[in-house]
Amino acid sequence: MHAVVSCKNVKKVYKQGAIEVIALADADLTVDEGDFVCLSGPSGSGKTTLLNIIGGLDTPTAGEIIVADNRLHTMSKSQLAEMRLHHIGFVFQAYNLIPVLTALENVEMVMQMQGVAKHERAQRARQVLKEVGLEGLENRKPPELSGGQQQRVAVARAIVSNPKLVLADEPTANLDSKTAENLIDLMRHMNTEHGVTFVISTHDPRVMHHAKRNLSMVDGRIVA
Amino acid sequence: MNKGYTLVAALAWRNLWRNPRRTTVILFAIVLGAWAMIVMAAYARGMSKQVFDNAIDNLTGHIQIHAPGYLEDPVIDYAFDSAQTTLKTALSDPEIAQFSPRVRVPAVVASERESQGVTLLGIDPVTEAKMSFLRKSIVAGNFFVSARDPGVIIGKKLAERLETALGRRVVIMTQDAHSKIADRGFRVVGIFDAMMDAQETGFAFISLGAARQMLNLENRVSEIAIKLHDPAHTDATLERLKLQLPALDVRAWYKLDMLAKLFQDTWEGSTFVWHLIVFLAMGFGIVNTILMAVFERTREFGLFQALGLKPGFILLQVWLEALLLLIIGLAIGNLVAWLSVLATGDGIDVSAFGQGLEMAKLSKVIPFVLTARDLLIANAVVLILGLLTCLYPAWRAARLVPAHAITRI
Ligand SMILES: Nc1ncnc2c1ncn2[C@@H]1O[C@H](COP(=O)(O)OP(=O)(O)OP(=O)(O)O)[C@@H](O)[C@H]1O
Ligand SMILES: [Mg+2]
Repeated sequence: MHAVVSCKNVKKVYKQGAIEVIALADADLTVDEGDFVCLSGPSGSGKTTLLNIIGGLDTPTAGEIIVADNRLHTMSKSQLAEMRLHHIGFVFQAYNLIPVLTALENVEMVMQMQGVAKHERAQRARQVLKEVGLEGLENRKPPELSGGQQQRVAVARAIVSNPKLVLADEPTANLDSKTAENLIDLMRHMNTEHGVTFVISTHDPRVMHHAKRNLSMVDGRIVA
Repeated sequence: MNKGYTLVAALAWRNLWRNPRRTTVILFAIVLGAWAMIVMAAYARGMSKQVFDNAIDNLTGHIQIHAPGYLEDPVIDYAFDSAQTTLKTALSDPEIAQFSPRVRVPAVVASERESQGVTLLGIDPVTEAKMSFLRKSIVAGNFFVSARDPGVIIGKKLAERLETALGRRVVIMTQDAHSKIADRGFRVVGIFDAMMDAQETGFAFISLGAARQMLNLENRVSEIAIKLHDPAHTDATLERLKLQLPALDVRAWYKLDMLAKLFQDTWEGSTFVWHLIVFLAMGFGIVNTILMAVFERTREFGLFQALGLKPGFILLQVWLEALLLLIIGLAIGNLVAWLSVLATGDGIDVSAFGQGLEMAKLSKVIPFVLTARDLLIANAVVLILGLLTCLYPAWRAARLVPAHAITRI
């Protein structure tokens, strides 16, 4: 099977004055197309750091990362942005949405940057919002949506342009258990129905329960 | 081509109204700045124009011709033949709208009670009427009716000093062309009221014919004042006249009335300094506001980058927001400035500062003069400098590391 993500010996060291914090120590990871990977581990073990580096939001101190056939360490900031635009969807723990845009516009935004025609992107955005159960709320702005609804918009936006990979960093951390459950179901649904590849970091056992593959991180390493 | 432009433009517009209070405050600052720049420029331009107009009107004209030596020692000995052909040819220059020959000598005017030293001018009533302030300033009696009119015209203030009046006689005393004392009685036929007291007390006017006869000057004059169709062509015309009249002393107004030139330059220079000061104050406000907006939205810029918006578009988004602010502020500022200039009508009355103004070659009412060029400069200063300074916050936003921007609480 084709690998969407391939990390080899990825190292990330943060320098805080004289102190060096090793966030990632030789992390290796391969994620195949259609996978649903769950990354767990204690706080500070490097989950967020790894996801950010896979998404090209941060640069590794050493190591090699290939995402959708792009060798990230050779790319400029602009090229990385372009790569994310076309291949990666993100869902963060909170503050996922642009506050001045409506739910529909937030979902459309990515397609707008990709140059999808206005009519088509509106149609697709509506369809995806319906799929995540937000029909009728298209014209609400983020402050007028609940936390769970906001996360659903974020998931809708992450998958709307059929990316190779969706990276979700503790997407359910701010949600009550029922809402969290629903969101996981939704992501799993997208995975099985549309074949979207997910890498999710979480402390939530219910998320782990849904995963195809569970990985654990300790001290900047993937242990299992 | 990247497709972020419409998105970024829409975002810039919405972000502008995200914090309406802050936007209003900074808009107010831009409006105030634009207003101050434009009104000040209009005021300075009005001052400058007034200084110029007064200088030109005040007998100077745009260009004058004298015999060499006259300007250093303005006496009868430096008179020249006004009928010579080279002069007549030179004065037929198409740029010249009007010229006026004058006899101009120091003299004493005496009434039965008082006497006063003045500059005596012998003028041609036909040409002088179109040349200087005199004709339009007559408030009692009348202007000369012929080239040999036997009367004298004096200023209101001089009439008061001499304790004389319209219809009364005064004696004018001076030296004639043969260095003999010439004196003759003149009836006061006209009284003028000038913008400045010095004009009213410093001059006495008689007809050119009477002056030539009294001073035994025949065809000679002391000066020829010239007015051009277009003052902007002063230097070019001056050069032509100089070439054609090598034996005469041809000078432009700014060499004849250097004080006027100095004041004019000062006013125009002050506009520049003023623009700079206003912009500095305003520029800090703008940069500060945009910087604050950028810091507040750090997480958002990180998110934008995560979603695939290139750093260049982040910069553009912030920059467009600044551009919109500037354009809206300038539009209102221009309107307000235009209205306030309109509201002053003919100008502002500054007669309370009468004496000082006279020194500054100004009249009692200063008109605001709004020129397209000054408007353009004020707007360009705000827009160009504003956009340049806003590059800094925009650049700060664009160079954020997305991972750090997003995780920052
Ligand atoms: N910008 C930074 N500067 C310095 N150190 C950092 C920075 N970001 C992360 N770290 C450090 O790197 C290590 C890994 O952090 P990371 O956020 O990846 O952990 P995590 O597994 O996501 O933890 P959590 O479960 O709490 O989200 C931690 O020790 C953290 O303090
Ligand atoms: Mg984390």
